[in-house]
Amino acid sequence: MIARTPAWKRYNWRVVWLSLLYAALLIAAVYGFKHSLVPTVLKYPIAALPALPIIGIFAAIGRYLVEEQDEYIRMLMVRQTLWASGLTLSVATIWGFLDNFGLVGHVDGYWVAVVWFFGLGMGGIVNKLTVGEAGC
Amino acid sequence: MENRLRVLRAERRWSQQDLAEKLEVSRQSINAIETGKYDPSLPLAFRIAELFGLMIEEIFVSPSRHSSKAI
Repeated sequence: MIARTPAWKRYNWRVVWLSLLYAALLIAAVYGFKHSLVPTVLKYPIAALPALPIIGIFAAIGRYLVEEQDEYIRMLMVRQTLWASGLTLSVATIWGFLDNFGLVGHVDGYWVAVVWFFGLGMGGIVNKLTVGEAGC
Repeated sequence: MENRLRVLRAERRWSQQDLAEKLEVSRQSINAIETGKYDPSLPLAFRIAELFGLMIEEIFVSPSRHSSKAI
């Protein structure tokens, strides 16, 4: 199991709180739109509201990389983020061309974040297989 | 990078956890360095050398020298 450094613990708490905030904002936004409670002028900001905690998680990962004092543990996370970014860019590029030639349907843009977090997990597996430790 | 960290640690009867605490790094870091899966930064290599009272090159084998020996 990976070391639970002070920076990792702070990162973990931030992700937990941001995830709860995401769930709350998503439920509120869906409820508001479903029951036509959102004024026209607020539609764009309220629709974008659930994205903010997700952006916060990206920022939390960046902050973790800055705060982590253990260079080896930090390197594991950097490798994970590189895998996540590489996978996401590759999937998005391939999907874009398939879409362009009419072979697949359009997908919602937020799936990019889903693929990225999946890539983060993949990076952990690659870390485990190559250096023996998964990372965060 | 090949190194003598495991031997030096064993001579002092320190566990990986003991050494990790003295260097203020994780046990995983010590294991990765000992097994050559991770090369420490220069500041960490200096901290390791200072802890054992040795020069860096007395602990870590230069990759260029190591490869030239192999040839």
